[in-house]
Amino acid sequence: MRSRPRLYTSYASEVALLPTWTQKTAALVFLLCLALIPFDVVPGLSFLADSDWLTILSRVAVYAIGALGLHILSGLAGQVSLGHAFFVGVGAYTAVILGGEASRTLWGLALPIWIWLPASGLVAALVGALIAPVAVRVRGIYLAIVTLGLVFIGEWIFRSVVAMTGGAQAGREFPAFALRIWKEDTPFLDFSTDGPWFGIEMTSEAKTYLLLVVFLVVAIIVAKNIQRTRIGRAFMSIRDRDIAAEVMGVADTRNKVIAFALSSAFAGVTGALLGAFLGRLVPEGFSLLMSIQFVAILLIGGLGTVSGTLLGAAFVIILPRLVQDFTGLLASTVESGTGLLSTISGVFVSTGMEDPGIVSTLPGTSPGLNVAQFNVVLYGLLLIGFLIFEPLGLYGIWIRIRNYWKSWPFTY
Amino acid sequence: MTAPGSSFGTSHGAARGDHDHLLEFEDVHLSFKGITALDDVSFTVDEGELFAVIGPNGAGKTSTFNCINGVYKPQEGTIRWKGEDILGRRPDRIAELGVARTFQNIELFAHMTVLENILLGRHIRTKTSWWDGAIWVGPAKREELASRAAAEDIIDFLEIARWRKYPVAMLPYGVQKRVELGRALAMEPELLLLDEPVAGMNLEETEDMARFILDIREELRISMILVEHDMGLVMDIADRVMVLDFGERIAIGPPAEIQRNPNVIKAYLGEEMET
Repeated sequence: MRSRPRLYTSYASEVALLPTWTQKTAALVFLLCLALIPFDVVPGLSFLADSDWLTILSRVAVYAIGALGLHILSGLAGQVSLGHAFFVGVGAYTAVILGGEASRTLWGLALPIWIWLPASGLVAALVGALIAPVAVRVRGIYLAIVTLGLVFIGEWIFRSVVAMTGGAQAGREFPAFALRIWKEDTPFLDFSTDGPWFGIEMTSEAKTYLLLVVFLVVAIIVAKNIQRTRIGRAFMSIRDRDIAAEVMGVADTRNKVIAFALSSAFAGVTGALLGAFLGRLVPEGFSLLMSIQFVAILLIGGLGTVSGTLLGAAFVIILPRLVQDFTGLLASTVESGTGLLSTISGVFVSTGMEDPGIVSTLPGTSPGLNVAQFNVVLYGLLLIGFLIFEPLGLYGIWIRIRNYWKSWPFTY
Repeated sequence: MTAPGSSFGTSHGAARGDHDHLLEFEDVHLSFKGITALDDVSFTVDEGELFAVIGPNGAGKTSTFNCINGVYKPQEGTIRWKGEDILGRRPDRIAELGVARTFQNIELFAHMTVLENILLGRHIRTKTSWWDGAIWVGPAKREELASRAAAEDIIDFLEIARWRKYPVAMLPYGVQKRVELGRALAMEPELLLLDEPVAGMNLEETEDMARFILDIREELRISMILVEHDMGLVMDIADRVMVLDFGERIAIGPPAEIQRNPNVIKAYLGEEMET
């Protein structure tokens, strides 16, 4: 063994989540960086320590958990769903009924987080398991349409049951991240206020970020475990060839229902986390656009892999911020200079009512799209682009880069 | 060539119930909107037997398999497994009884690796629930490692170790056929349905496959039904042969008898025109 120290010598080490030394080290370093970001000690990453960026990273974590759910349903089991936003909504409103404050017009039990967070996943899973037997009778594009209907029905219900959701436009307050034993006034651990923790001064954003990273790591491990065991292979076999899978003893409907329920559980937890993280949610939020965002995460990241899903979540959530920063940069170039750069920038941004451009930096109605609208267009373009040119997504690009360096200086 | 140990293969010769045959296919009639695929076909397969089904294209050979598997539901007749009626059961239930199958046009799970395909074959022989799987430590890990050992025995037996981690879509046709056989063996079946295992193979690959089939029969004692067009192979290795033509059984018996049967010769070579 001395000459080849890194051979696998047992199946146990080969089926580990991170089988090689390189992967173990890389994962450890990455996690360490993530954990240290808010303390502003990682060189080169200090810009992320600012509250603004921490909020964006937290949002990445929340969306990544939901995307992992869709990864199980669409990536592994191959069932295309546009209804993910509905299950996110179910989870969110389960959380707010159990954890939210009651008022004259609103339901709420003000229970602690250790009840409302698991319950949001459970209830969403249950709803998923109830709907799935009907939904999985159809497949492919038909399933997409059925689940699309689900989003619209869901949105209508959320708007209508005002006591639960606070009604359209208004929405309601969600329970904050605070660990209470029961309903006592001062929480055991509070993530939503600034203040020192173990002697270290931390903002509420930093605390929330750390909490969400922990949740995300748990979600990743669960998703990976599902993928590498019996149930994950059953899902993949249904995705690849459903009739052959049945002949091999994989019960079709049963496994599809499990996939639906598991995926909905992740979505439900995401809903609860999203509510606590944003503080207030309106029922219109659980719309087709949210579903599309999850589908975009999967397709841009790379369908069928956990790493791809995480890459996709980071990309899709950080993209709007980058677009915003970039637009701001272009606008300031236009305003400051007269050179060639400024002229080119002028084509893209419109800074005045009379100035034509693709993206506008003016508030309210103005020529061109605003940043949010431009992002929607960009999602669409990226989806089309990735589907045509890189069906394996960002993960596929990474694999190609890796293989290039692995075999360098040879081409294959 | 290593003989697989007792870690895979089934315990045959165990208590035999009140049934005479492993599989009884009795007066099965299957039709699709007026086209008769199987017309009152009957046969039995005994334990340890290598039973072959031959016939021209469209004779109903694959339909017979699909009926046994539960993919098709015949309109009439009975199919009994160890004396128990299994007609109308779901395919996955029938698989759980110990009926495994390979397909004429390879039906592997294309995006999964060779190893994953074979491990999928262990689905009916494993019990890990999704929540055990999600936790991993404990029962899931134990079962996963045991499955892996069993899968490695099969990989060894079929000599496909070098392709273990390849996605099956990347493999050559002959190897894919072997992987499919491996996936079926992983189910530890009592009856193995082989649908044209050597179709499209060259002489060397055919001989390899014939060797695997004989090894499966002798070392693992798995009963088999073989659908095949390669007459040399069928006549060499089968115990009994059934000939189908346009959904009808035109002959059944030992290979030597079948070769002399006038009906069979007529079905394969046609009839002389009366002048």
